[in-house]
Amino acid sequence: MNNLTLINIFRFIGLVLLQVVVFNHINLFGFINPLIYIAWIFLYPFRKNISLFLIVSFALGLCVDFFSDSGGINAAATLLIAYIRYPILKIVLKRSDIDFLLFNIRTVPFGKAIAFISVLTIIHHFTIFSFAYFSFNNFLSIVSNTLLTSFFTVLIIILGILLLTKKK
Amino acid sequence: MQQLLYFIKKFRFFLLFLILQIVAFYFTVQYHSYQKSKFVNSANAVTGGFYTKMNNINEYFHLKTDNQLLIEENIRLKNLLEKRVIDNSIVTTTVVDTMYTQKYEYTSAKVVNNNYTKLNNFLTINKGSNNGILPELGVINGRGIIGVIKNTSANYATILSILNSSSKINVRLKNSNHFGTLVWNGKDYNITQITDIPRQALIKEGDTIITGGKSLLFPEGILVGVIKDFKIQNNQYTQINIALFNDMSAIGHVQVVKNLEKIEQLKLEQKTVNE
Repeated sequence: MNNLTLINIFRFIGLVLLQVVVFNHINLFGFINPLIYIAWIFLYPFRKNISLFLIVSFALGLCVDFFSDSGGINAAATLLIAYIRYPILKIVLKRSDIDFLLFNIRTVPFGKAIAFISVLTIIHHFTIFSFAYFSFNNFLSIVSNTLLTSFFTVLIIILGILLLTKKK
Repeated sequence: MQQLLYFIKKFRFFLLFLILQIVAFYFTVQYHSYQKSKFVNSANAVTGGFYTKMNNINEYFHLKTDNQLLIEENIRLKNLLEKRVIDNSIVTTTVVDTMYTQKYEYTSAKVVNNNYTKLNNFLTINKGSNNGILPELGVINGRGIIGVIKNTSANYATILSILNSSSKINVRLKNSNHFGTLVWNGKDYNITQITDIPRQALIKEGDTIITGGKSLLFPEGILVGVIKDFKIQNNQYTQINIALFNDMSAIGHVQVVKNLEKIEQLKLEQKTVNE
Protein backbone atom coordinates (compact mmCIF):
# COMPACT_ATOMS: atom_id res chain seq x y z
CA MET A 1 0.00 0.00 0.00
CA ASN A 2 2.09 2.89 -1.19
CA ASN A 3 1.30 6.53 -1.69
CA LEU A 4 0.15 6.12 -5.29
CA THR A 5 -2.39 3.41 -4.45
CA LEU A 6 -3.89 5.58 -1.72
CA ILE A 7 -4.14 8.57 -4.04
CA ASN A 8 -5.95 6.47 -6.64
CA ILE A 9 -8.38 5.04 -4.07
CA PHE A 10 -9.23 8.54 -2.82
CA ARG A 11 -9.56 9.78 -6.38
CA PHE A 12 -11.91 6.87 -7.19
CA ILE A 13 -14.22 7.57 -4.23
CA GLY A 14 -14.02 11.34 -4.67
CA LEU A 15 -14.88 11.23 -8.38
CA VAL A 16 -17.82 8.83 -7.92
CA LEU A 17 -19.27 11.01 -5.15
CA LEU A 18 -18.69 14.19 -7.13
CA GLN A 19 -20.42 12.60 -10.12
CA VAL A 20 -23.52 11.35 -8.28
CA VAL A 21 -23.92 14.27 -5.86
CA VAL A 22 -23.17 17.20 -8.13
CA PHE A 23 -22.75 16.41 -11.80
CA ASN A 24 -25.74 14.05 -12.18
CA HIS A 25 -27.98 16.96 -11.18
CA ILE A 26 -26.52 19.79 -13.22
CA ASN A 27 -28.99 19.55 -16.14
CA LEU A 28 -27.33 22.32 -18.11
CA PHE A 29 -29.77 23.57 -20.81
CA GLY A 30 -32.17 21.00 -19.40
CA PHE A 31 -30.35 17.82 -20.36
CA ILE A 32 -26.54 18.03 -20.23
CA ASN A 33 -24.94 16.17 -17.33
CA PRO A 34 -21.14 15.99 -17.77
CA LEU A 35 -19.70 12.57 -16.86
CA ILE A 36 -16.54 13.76 -15.14
CA TYR A 37 -15.76 10.52 -13.30
CA ILE A 38 -13.80 9.23 -16.33
CA ALA A 39 -11.00 11.64 -15.32
CA TRP A 40 -9.83 8.72 -13.18
CA ILE A 41 -8.97 6.80 -16.37
CA PHE A 42 -6.86 9.68 -17.70
CA LEU A 43 -4.99 10.15 -14.44
CA TYR A 44 -4.24 6.50 -13.65
CA PRO A 45 -0.55 5.72 -14.21
CA PHE A 46 0.56 3.13 -16.77
CA ARG A 47 1.60 -0.06 -15.03
CA LYS A 48 2.32 -3.64 -15.94
CA ASN A 49 -0.81 -4.79 -14.11
CA ILE A 50 -3.40 -4.07 -16.79
CA SER A 51 -5.84 -6.64 -15.38
CA LEU A 52 -6.23 -4.67 -12.15
CA PHE A 53 -6.74 -1.47 -14.12
CA LEU A 54 -9.47 -3.09 -16.26
CA ILE A 55 -11.26 -4.54 -13.23
CA VAL A 56 -11.15 -1.28 -11.29
CA SER A 57 -12.37 0.68 -14.34
CA PHE A 58 -15.28 -1.73 -14.65
CA ALA A 59 -16.02 -1.23 -10.93
CA LEU A 60 -15.84 2.56 -11.37
CA GLY A 61 -18.49 2.46 -14.09
CA LEU A 62 -20.62 0.01 -12.12
CA CYS A 63 -20.53 2.27 -9.02
CA VAL A 64 -21.91 5.14 -11.09
CA ASP A 65 -24.50 2.74 -12.57
CA PHE A 66 -25.68 1.74 -9.12
CA PHE A 67 -26.29 5.35 -8.20
CA SER A 68 -27.91 6.42 -11.44
CA ASP A 69 -30.04 3.30 -12.10
CA SER A 70 -28.62 2.73 -15.56
CA GLY A 71 -27.94 -1.00 -15.81
CA GLY A 72 -24.41 -1.64 -17.06
CA ILE A 73 -24.13 1.34 -19.38
CA ASN A 74 -21.41 3.26 -17.56
CA ALA A 75 -19.52 0.05 -16.75
CA ALA A 76 -19.40 -1.00 -20.41
CA ALA A 77 -18.27 2.42 -21.66
CA THR A 78 -15.66 2.93 -18.95
CA LEU A 79 -14.21 -0.54 -19.49
CA LEU A 80 -13.99 0.16 -23.23
CA ILE A 81 -11.99 3.37 -22.85
CA ALA A 82 -9.78 1.77 -20.20
CA TYR A 83 -8.93 -0.99 -22.69
CA ILE A 84 -8.19 1.33 -25.62
CA ARG A 85 -6.40 3.99 -23.55
CA TYR A 86 -2.92 2.69 -24.37
CA PRO A 87 -3.38 2.36 -28.18
CA ILE A 88 -5.01 5.80 -28.35
CA LEU A 89 -2.15 7.39 -26.46
CA LYS A 90 0.34 5.74 -28.80
CA ILE A 91 -1.52 7.13 -31.83
CA VAL A 92 -1.83 10.62 -30.33
CA LEU A 93 1.83 10.87 -29.31
CA LYS A 94 2.95 9.25 -32.61
CA ARG A 95 5.72 7.15 -31.08
CA SER A 96 5.93 3.77 -29.44
CA ASP A 97 8.69 4.32 -26.90
CA ILE A 98 7.15 6.62 -24.33
CA ASP A 99 8.52 6.40 -20.82
CA PHE A 100 5.31 4.90 -19.52
CA LEU A 101 6.55 4.39 -15.99
CA LEU A 102 6.94 8.12 -15.62
CA PHE A 103 3.80 8.92 -17.59
CA ASN A 104 1.77 11.79 -16.27
CA ILE A 105 -0.91 13.66 -18.15
CA ARG A 106 0.81 16.95 -17.21
CA THR A 107 4.04 15.91 -18.99
CA VAL A 108 2.22 15.46 -22.31
CA PRO A 109 2.11 18.62 -24.50
CA PHE A 110 -1.12 20.52 -23.85
CA GLY A 111 -2.65 20.09 -27.33
CA LYS A 112 -1.95 16.36 -27.39
CA ALA A 113 -3.37 15.94 -23.90
CA ILE A 114 -6.59 17.62 -25.06
CA ALA A 115 -6.74 15.37 -28.14
CA PHE A 116 -6.16 12.27 -26.00
CA ILE A 117 -8.87 13.25 -23.49
CA SER A 118 -11.34 14.32 -26.19
CA VAL A 119 -11.04 11.14 -28.24
CA LEU A 120 -11.56 8.89 -25.22
CA THR A 121 -14.41 11.06 -23.92
CA ILE A 122 -16.26 11.01 -27.24
CA ILE A 123 -15.89 7.22 -27.52
CA HIS A 124 -17.10 6.85 -23.92
CA HIS A 125 -20.11 9.13 -24.38
CA PHE A 126 -21.05 7.60 -27.72
CA THR A 127 -21.12 4.14 -26.09
CA ILE A 128 -23.18 5.50 -23.18
CA PHE A 129 -25.82 7.13 -25.35
CA SER A 130 -26.00 4.23 -27.83
CA PHE A 131 -26.62 1.81 -24.98
CA ALA A 132 -29.09 4.20 -23.33
CA TYR A 133 -31.21 4.65 -26.47
CA PHE A 134 -30.51 1.06 -27.61
CA SER A 135 -31.80 1.64 -31.15
CA PHE A 136 -30.37 3.34 -34.20
CA ASN A 137 -33.69 5.05 -34.95
CA ASN A 138 -32.48 7.76 -32.62
CA PHE A 139 -29.08 8.09 -34.25
CA LEU A 140 -29.31 11.89 -34.47
CA SER A 141 -30.20 12.20 -30.78
CA ILE A 142 -27.30 9.91 -29.91
CA VAL A 143 -24.79 11.92 -31.91
CA SER A 144 -26.00 15.35 -30.73
CA ASN A 145 -26.11 14.22 -27.09
CA THR A 146 -22.63 12.72 -27.44
CA LEU A 147 -21.06 15.84 -28.89
CA LEU A 148 -22.72 18.35 -26.57
CA THR A 149 -22.08 16.39 -23.39
CA SER A 150 -18.52 15.52 -24.46
CA PHE A 151 -17.74 19.20 -24.92
CA PHE A 152 -18.68 20.04 -21.33
CA THR A 153 -17.08 16.90 -19.93
CA VAL A 154 -13.75 17.68 -21.62
CA LEU A 155 -13.96 21.32 -20.54
CA ILE A 156 -14.54 20.45 -16.89
CA ILE A 157 -11.98 17.64 -16.80
CA ILE A 158 -9.26 19.83 -18.32
CA LEU A 159 -10.03 22.71 -15.96
CA GLY A 160 -10.00 20.23 -13.06
CA ILE A 161 -6.68 18.73 -14.10
CA LEU A 162 -5.10 22.16 -14.62
CA LEU A 163 -6.29 23.48 -11.28
CA LEU A 164 -5.95 20.42 -9.07
CA THR A 165 -2.78 18.63 -10.18
CA LYS A 166 0.78 19.76 -9.83
CA LYS A 167 2.78 20.69 -12.91
CA LYS A 168 5.66 18.32 -13.36
CA MET B 1 -2.40 -27.71 -24.45
CA GLN B 2 0.82 -25.74 -24.52
CA GLN B 3 -0.50 -23.69 -27.38
CA LEU B 4 -3.80 -23.07 -25.62
CA LEU B 5 -1.98 -21.79 -22.53
CA TYR B 6 0.20 -19.63 -24.74
CA PHE B 7 -2.90 -18.29 -26.47
CA ILE B 8 -4.57 -17.45 -23.16
CA LYS B 9 -1.39 -15.81 -21.88
CA LYS B 10 -1.04 -13.74 -25.01
CA PHE B 11 -4.64 -12.58 -25.09
CA ARG B 12 -5.33 -12.53 -21.35
CA PHE B 13 -6.12 -8.82 -21.21
CA PHE B 14 -8.41 -9.05 -24.19
CA LEU B 15 -10.19 -12.05 -22.66
CA LEU B 16 -10.62 -10.21 -19.36
CA PHE B 17 -11.93 -7.20 -21.26
CA LEU B 18 -14.34 -9.42 -23.19
CA ILE B 19 -15.67 -11.17 -20.07
CA LEU B 20 -16.26 -7.91 -18.21
CA GLN B 21 -17.83 -6.36 -21.30
CA ILE B 22 -20.25 -9.29 -21.57
CA VAL B 23 -21.21 -8.81 -17.91
CA ALA B 24 -21.82 -5.11 -18.50
CA PHE B 25 -23.83 -5.89 -21.63
CA TYR B 26 -25.92 -8.39 -19.68
CA PHE B 27 -26.77 -5.69 -17.10
CA THR B 28 -27.65 -3.31 -19.92
CA VAL B 29 -30.00 -5.75 -21.61
CA GLN B 30 -31.66 -6.47 -18.26
CA TYR B 31 -32.04 -2.75 -17.72
CA HIS B 32 -33.87 -2.42 -21.01
CA SER B 33 -36.31 -5.24 -20.37
CA TYR B 34 -39.26 -4.05 -18.37
CA GLN B 35 -40.28 -7.33 -16.79
CA LYS B 36 -37.01 -8.69 -15.47
CA SER B 37 -35.88 -7.63 -12.05
CA LYS B 38 -32.44 -6.16 -12.22
CA PHE B 39 -29.35 -6.32 -10.09
CA VAL B 40 -27.93 -2.86 -10.69
CA ASN B 41 -30.35 -0.38 -9.13
CA SER B 42 -30.29 2.27 -6.44
CA ALA B 43 -32.72 0.38 -4.17
CA ASN B 44 -30.01 -1.10 -1.99
CA ALA B 45 -28.78 -0.20 1.46
CA VAL B 46 -25.61 1.63 0.34
CA THR B 47 -26.93 3.86 -2.43
CA GLY B 48 -30.34 4.26 -0.79
CA GLY B 49 -28.80 5.26 2.53
CA PHE B 50 -26.50 7.68 0.78
CA TYR B 51 -29.34 9.31 -1.13
CA THR B 52 -31.35 9.60 2.10
CA LYS B 53 -28.49 11.47 3.78
CA MET B 54 -28.25 13.79 0.78
CA ASN B 55 -31.99 14.30 0.76
CA ASN B 56 -32.10 15.20 4.47
CA ILE B 57 -30.02 18.23 3.59
CA ASN B 58 -31.85 19.06 0.36
CA GLU B 59 -35.27 18.78 1.94
CA TYR B 60 -35.10 22.14 3.70
CA PHE B 61 -34.89 23.94 0.39
CA HIS B 62 -38.21 22.48 -0.77
CA LEU B 63 -40.39 23.12 2.27
CA LYS B 64 -42.20 25.96 0.55
CA THR B 65 -43.13 23.99 -2.57
CA ASP B 66 -44.10 20.97 -0.46
CA ASN B 67 -46.47 23.12 1.58
CA GLN B 68 -47.88 24.57 -1.62
CA LEU B 69 -48.57 21.06 -2.90
CA LEU B 70 -50.32 20.05 0.32
CA ILE B 71 -52.51 23.15 0.23
CA GLU B 72 -53.45 22.46 -3.39
CA GLU B 73 -54.35 18.88 -2.60
CA ASN B 74 -56.36 19.91 0.48
CA ILE B 75 -58.33 22.38 -1.58
CA ARG B 76 -59.03 19.79 -4.24
CA LEU B 77 -60.19 17.24 -1.67
CA LYS B 78 -62.32 19.80 0.16
CA ASN B 79 -64.00 20.71 -3.10
CA LEU B 80 -64.70 17.02 -3.71
CA LEU B 81 -66.22 16.71 -0.23
CA GLU B 82 -68.50 19.66 -0.92
CA LYS B 83 -69.74 17.94 -4.06
CA ARG B 84 -70.52 14.80 -2.09
CA VAL B 85 -72.78 16.71 0.30
CA ILE B 86 -74.98 17.92 -2.52
CA ASP B 87 -75.14 14.45 -4.06
CA ASN B 88 -76.22 12.85 -0.82
CA SER B 89 -78.82 15.47 -0.02
CA ILE B 90 -80.69 14.77 -3.24
CA VAL B 91 -81.07 11.06 -2.65
CA THR B 92 -82.64 10.91 0.74
CA THR B 93 -83.95 7.39 0.83
CA THR B 94 -80.75 5.47 0.31
CA VAL B 95 -80.05 2.77 2.83
CA VAL B 96 -76.59 3.39 4.18
CA ASP B 97 -74.47 0.37 3.53
CA THR B 98 -72.46 -0.29 6.65
CA MET B 99 -70.25 -2.96 5.11
CA TYR B 100 -66.63 -1.90 5.26
CA THR B 101 -64.67 -2.26 2.06
CA GLN B 102 -61.42 -0.67 1.13
CA LYS B 103 -60.09 -1.06 -2.38
CA TYR B 104 -56.92 1.03 -2.25
CA GLU B 105 -54.36 1.47 0.46
CA TYR B 106 -51.98 4.44 0.43
CA THR B 107 -48.49 4.57 1.92
CA SER B 108 -46.62 7.85 2.07
CA ALA B 109 -42.96 7.92 1.02
CA LYS B 110 -40.27 10.45 0.34
CA VAL B 111 -38.35 10.65 -2.91
CA VAL B 112 -34.63 10.50 -2.16
CA ASN B 113 -33.37 10.49 -5.73
CA ASN B 114 -35.02 11.81 -8.88
CA ASN B 115 -33.97 11.73 -12.54
CA TYR B 116 -35.83 13.43 -15.32
CA THR B 117 -33.36 14.35 -18.06
CA LYS B 118 -32.36 10.92 -19.34
CA LEU B 119 -34.29 8.74 -21.78
CA ASN B 120 -35.05 6.19 -19.05
CA ASN B 121 -35.68 7.84 -15.72
CA PHE B 122 -36.05 6.26 -12.30
CA LEU B 123 -36.81 7.64 -8.86
CA THR B 124 -35.79 6.15 -5.51
CA ILE B 125 -38.03 6.34 -2.43
CA ASN B 126 -37.27 5.65 1.22
CA LYS B 127 -39.85 2.89 1.78
CA GLY B 128 -39.29 -0.74 0.85
CA SER B 129 -40.57 -4.25 1.42
CA ASN B 130 -40.45 -3.67 5.21
CA ASN B 131 -43.25 -1.16 4.72
CA GLY B 132 -45.28 -3.41 2.45
CA ILE B 133 -44.08 -1.92 -0.82
CA LEU B 134 -44.05 -4.46 -3.67
CA PRO B 135 -43.06 -4.22 -7.33
CA GLU B 136 -45.91 -3.18 -9.68
CA LEU B 137 -47.62 -0.70 -7.38
CA GLY B 138 -48.68 2.73 -8.61
CA VAL B 139 -47.11 5.91 -7.27
CA ILE B 140 -48.91 9.28 -7.20
CA ASN B 141 -48.75 12.63 -5.46
CA GLY B 142 -51.19 15.47 -4.97
CA ARG B 143 -50.85 16.72 -8.53
CA GLY B 144 -50.92 13.46 -10.44
CA ILE B 145 -49.18 10.21 -11.27
CA ILE B 146 -45.46 9.63 -10.89
CA GLY B 147 -44.82 6.07 -12.03
CA VAL B 148 -44.80 2.41 -11.06
CA ILE B 149 -42.62 0.62 -8.47
CA LYS B 150 -39.99 -1.49 -10.21
CA ASN B 151 -37.54 -2.91 -7.65
CA THR B 152 -37.66 -3.07 -3.87
CA SER B 153 -35.15 -3.79 -1.15
CA ALA B 154 -35.79 -3.91 2.61
CA ASN B 155 -35.95 -0.14 3.05
CA TYR B 156 -35.90 1.35 -0.45
CA ALA B 157 -37.72 1.05 -3.74
CA THR B 158 -37.10 2.34 -7.25
CA ILE B 159 -39.89 3.79 -9.36
CA LEU B 160 -40.12 3.49 -13.12
CA SER B 161 -41.03 7.10 -13.83
CA ILE B 162 -43.69 8.05 -16.38
CA LEU B 163 -40.68 9.75 -18.01
CA ASN B 164 -39.29 6.39 -19.14
CA SER B 165 -39.34 4.94 -22.63
CA SER B 166 -40.78 1.65 -21.32
CA SER B 167 -43.53 3.25 -19.24
CA LYS B 168 -47.06 2.58 -20.50
CA ILE B 169 -50.01 3.70 -18.37
CA ASN B 170 -53.68 3.46 -19.17
CA VAL B 171 -55.36 6.88 -19.18
CA ARG B 172 -58.62 8.34 -20.45
CA LEU B 173 -60.25 11.62 -21.30
CA LYS B 174 -62.07 13.15 -18.36
CA ASN B 175 -65.16 14.15 -20.34
CA SER B 176 -65.60 10.93 -22.32
CA ASN B 177 -64.76 7.29 -21.80
CA HIS B 178 -62.18 6.93 -24.57
CA PHE B 179 -59.04 5.24 -23.37
CA GLY B 180 -55.44 5.77 -24.44
CA THR B 181 -51.92 4.91 -23.35
CA LEU B 182 -49.58 7.40 -21.74
CA VAL B 183 -46.04 7.18 -23.15
CA TRP B 184 -43.00 9.47 -23.30
CA ASN B 185 -40.79 10.31 -26.27
CA GLY B 186 -37.80 11.33 -24.13
CA LYS B 187 -37.70 14.98 -25.15
CA ASP B 188 -39.31 17.38 -22.66
CA TYR B 189 -39.89 16.36 -19.05
CA ASN B 190 -43.06 18.45 -18.81
CA ILE B 191 -44.66 16.95 -21.93
CA THR B 192 -45.78 13.34 -22.40
CA GLN B 193 -47.71 11.74 -25.25
CA ILE B 194 -50.85 9.66 -25.60
CA THR B 195 -51.23 6.91 -28.19
CA ASP B 196 -54.08 4.60 -29.14
CA ILE B 197 -56.83 7.21 -28.78
CA PRO B 198 -59.57 6.02 -31.18
CA ARG B 199 -60.37 8.39 -33.99
CA GLN B 200 -64.03 8.76 -33.05
CA ALA B 201 -62.99 10.41 -29.79
CA LEU B 202 -63.48 14.16 -29.91
CA ILE B 203 -60.53 15.92 -28.35
CA LYS B 204 -59.54 19.54 -28.14
CA GLU B 205 -56.73 21.50 -26.59
CA GLY B 206 -57.13 21.91 -22.84
CA ASP B 207 -59.01 18.64 -22.28
CA THR B 208 -58.10 17.04 -18.97
CA ILE B 209 -56.53 13.58 -18.96
CA ILE B 210 -57.03 11.29 -15.96
CA THR B 211 -56.08 7.69 -15.23
CA GLY B 212 -58.49 5.15 -16.66
CA GLY B 213 -60.06 2.47 -14.53
CA LYS B 214 -58.64 -0.28 -16.75
CA SER B 215 -55.29 -0.23 -15.03
CA LEU B 216 -54.90 -2.49 -12.01
CA LEU B 217 -52.32 -0.13 -10.54
CA PHE B 218 -54.04 3.24 -10.28
CA PRO B 219 -57.48 4.23 -9.02
CA GLU B 220 -59.63 5.82 -11.69
CA GLY B 221 -59.56 9.59 -11.91
CA ILE B 222 -56.05 10.44 -10.75
CA LEU B 223 -55.01 13.63 -12.54
CA VAL B 224 -52.40 13.42 -15.29
CA GLY B 225 -52.41 16.61 -17.39
CA VAL B 226 -54.12 18.61 -20.10
CA ILE B 227 -53.90 18.23 -23.88
CA LYS B 228 -51.39 20.77 -25.15
CA ASP B 229 -51.59 20.16 -28.89
CA PHE B 230 -52.20 17.35 -31.37
CA LYS B 231 -51.99 16.56 -35.06
CA ILE B 232 -54.42 14.73 -37.31
CA GLN B 233 -53.19 12.59 -40.21
CA ASN B 234 -55.48 10.42 -42.35
CA ASN B 235 -58.29 10.88 -39.84
CA GLN B 236 -56.08 9.45 -37.12
CA TYR B 237 -54.73 11.32 -34.16
CA THR B 238 -50.96 11.38 -34.21
CA GLN B 239 -48.80 12.79 -31.49
CA ILE B 240 -51.14 14.08 -28.82
CA ASN B 241 -48.97 16.10 -26.43
CA ILE B 242 -49.96 16.31 -22.78
CA ALA B 243 -48.75 19.06 -20.45
CA LEU B 244 -48.35 17.35 -17.07
CA PHE B 245 -49.83 18.89 -13.94
CA ASN B 246 -46.81 17.58 -12.03
CA ASP B 247 -43.46 19.29 -12.17
CA MET B 248 -41.46 16.09 -12.57
CA SER B 249 -38.23 17.93 -11.74
CA ALA B 250 -39.39 18.70 -8.20
CA ILE B 251 -41.01 15.65 -6.63
CA GLY B 252 -40.90 15.56 -2.83
CA HIS B 253 -43.43 13.40 -1.03
CA VAL B 254 -45.38 10.72 -2.86
CA GLN B 255 -48.05 8.12 -2.09
CA VAL B 256 -47.77 4.47 -3.08
CA VAL B 257 -51.11 2.97 -4.06
CA LYS B 258 -51.77 -0.67 -3.29
CA ASN B 259 -54.80 -2.20 -4.99
CA LEU B 260 -56.14 -4.65 -2.41
CA GLU B 261 -58.43 -6.32 -4.94
CA LYS B 262 -55.78 -6.75 -7.62
CA ILE B 263 -55.18 -10.46 -7.07
CA GLU B 264 -58.91 -11.14 -6.94
CA GLN B 265 -59.44 -9.36 -10.24
CA LEU B 266 -56.42 -11.01 -11.90
CA LYS B 267 -57.53 -14.48 -10.82
CA LEU B 268 -61.04 -13.92 -12.11
CA GLU B 269 -59.74 -12.63 -15.43
CA GLN B 270 -57.37 -15.56 -15.84
CA LYS B 271 -60.13 -18.00 -15.03
CA THR B 272 -62.34 -16.38 -17.65
CA VAL B 273 -59.65 -16.55 -20.31
CA ASN B 274 -58.81 -20.17 -19.56
CA GLU B 275 -62.38 -21.41 -19.81
